[in-house]
Amino acid sequence: MVDQFVMLALILIKLVLVFAVVLSMAAYLVLAERKILARMQLRYGPNRAGPGGMIQPMADLIKLLTKEDFIPATADRGLFLIAPGLSALTALLTFAVIPFGPTLEIFDQKLPLVICDLNIGLLYFLALSSLAGYGLALGGWASNSKYSLLGSIRGLSQLISYELAMGLSVVPVVMMAKSFSLTAIVMAQETIPFALLNPPAFLIFLISIFAESKRIPFDLPEAENELVGGFHTEYSGMRFGLFFVGEYINLVILSSMLTVLFLGGWHGPWLPGIVWFMVKVLAICFFFIWVRGSLPRLRYDQLMNFGWKVLMPLALLNVLVTGAILLGMG
Amino acid sequence: MMATLTFYLAGAIAVIATALAITRSNPVHAVIYLVNSFFALALLFYLLGAPLLAAWELIIYAGAIMVLFLFIIMMLKLSPSSAEKGLVATRGQWVPVVLLAVALASCTMLLTGLDPATAQEAPRWHASPRDFGYALFKEYALAVEIASFQLLFAAVGAFYVGRPDKMRDEEDVV
Repeated sequence: MVDQFVMLALILIKLVLVFAVVLSMAAYLVLAERKILARMQLRYGPNRAGPGGMIQPMADLIKLLTKEDFIPATADRGLFLIAPGLSALTALLTFAVIPFGPTLEIFDQKLPLVICDLNIGLLYFLALSSLAGYGLALGGWASNSKYSLLGSIRGLSQLISYELAMGLSVVPVVMMAKSFSLTAIVMAQETIPFALLNPPAFLIFLISIFAESKRIPFDLPEAENELVGGFHTEYSGMRFGLFFVGEYINLVILSSMLTVLFLGGWHGPWLPGIVWFMVKVLAICFFFIWVRGSLPRLRYDQLMNFGWKVLMPLALLNVLVTGAILLGMG
Repeated sequence: MMATLTFYLAGAIAVIATALAITRSNPVHAVIYLVNSFFALALLFYLLGAPLLAAWELIIYAGAIMVLFLFIIMMLKLSPSSAEKGLVATRGQWVPVVLLAVALASCTMLLTGLDPATAQEAPRWHASPRDFGYALFKEYALAVEIASFQLLFAAVGAFYVGRPDKMRDEEDVV
């Protein structure tokens, strides 16, 4: 009885901690992005709120919450209201299957540092990342504005195209780890990370998650100089904020997935597992921001051609070659 | 107990959402209800011991096919205000409706007419992703291959129908 109570308490604490850490990481990534981009462009970036702009996210939050929540007269009210929530929810739910550290022992209880180790963890991630399209699609459609609609159509076709390449690029990982469970995949990389064993899969996955996160060079759904704000043009206040937060949570999730699938998860010398995991995730986030500061936006036909004619065949070929090598090695 | 309750709840959601999906005049709303029904269906699969099938239901039906439906609806420019008129069934469309209704009614009568005393309880088992994959690609490999060939034919056919006009003109000349 006491054991069960302790177990329940530990699970609750874990849930709250993960929720808090992911949300504050998303909030501070916004600040980090603005700061780093500013330094790359020889500017200062936000530096008024708090020492070095450290409480800027709080200021932004208060600003968004106190702004008017505007709904266009011709909008489809119900769908317009739930779309931002869907976008943030699908991003948050994904973290449930990501293992962020080795199993801990507290009060004679084994505490795995993952909220739920599903035996279909990888498929759960793929399912939620394909459902993320709904927030974007419904938000753009329900706004009843041509800019929003164009943004949604672009976003949807981009998500559909790159999801295939993403799904195919993780097939070799499953073949090498012989499991869909993310914990098992991390365990299989104890000696050598899959990024070194299978660099093509790593590169295809990296490019696809750039497209999935709708960031430069794949930020066509919200291309500011063509579509105003893209699919969230008509949104204001905290609903816009939810889209925005969802995007940054998604960034954390995708970085974590890259870490788990290809960079060996929490494995690393000297430092404890959780620290290694955080270091890897933050390094990938920094890479995302760096790319945003360096690359131009792709043209639409370039994006589609690259996805279907280069990434897809490469991913398929990679599955074939990996299968042949694994079969040859027995 | 908890599982039984969830089962009936998910079943009720699936039935209600599907009923709503086929009666909505706004195509986007219909798609949303259908997605809800797929979620409930995935939950049913999970409760029946097939987690892999549940995941596929979400990835393929909710995540890919319905997103494509939504994409097409958006391409057709059915804005929220123009969708109010809705789709009205023509007389020809009532024929399949009636046929389907008769088929459904006869199935329901057959199922409810079974004597519970002679009915056998389905065996309880849990299909892990590994077992499911082995069954699919070892025992039923031929069926899987045939199905995938059909998809390949469909893809080639779609490409042929949707080829650019320029290619079509050249064909006519030849």
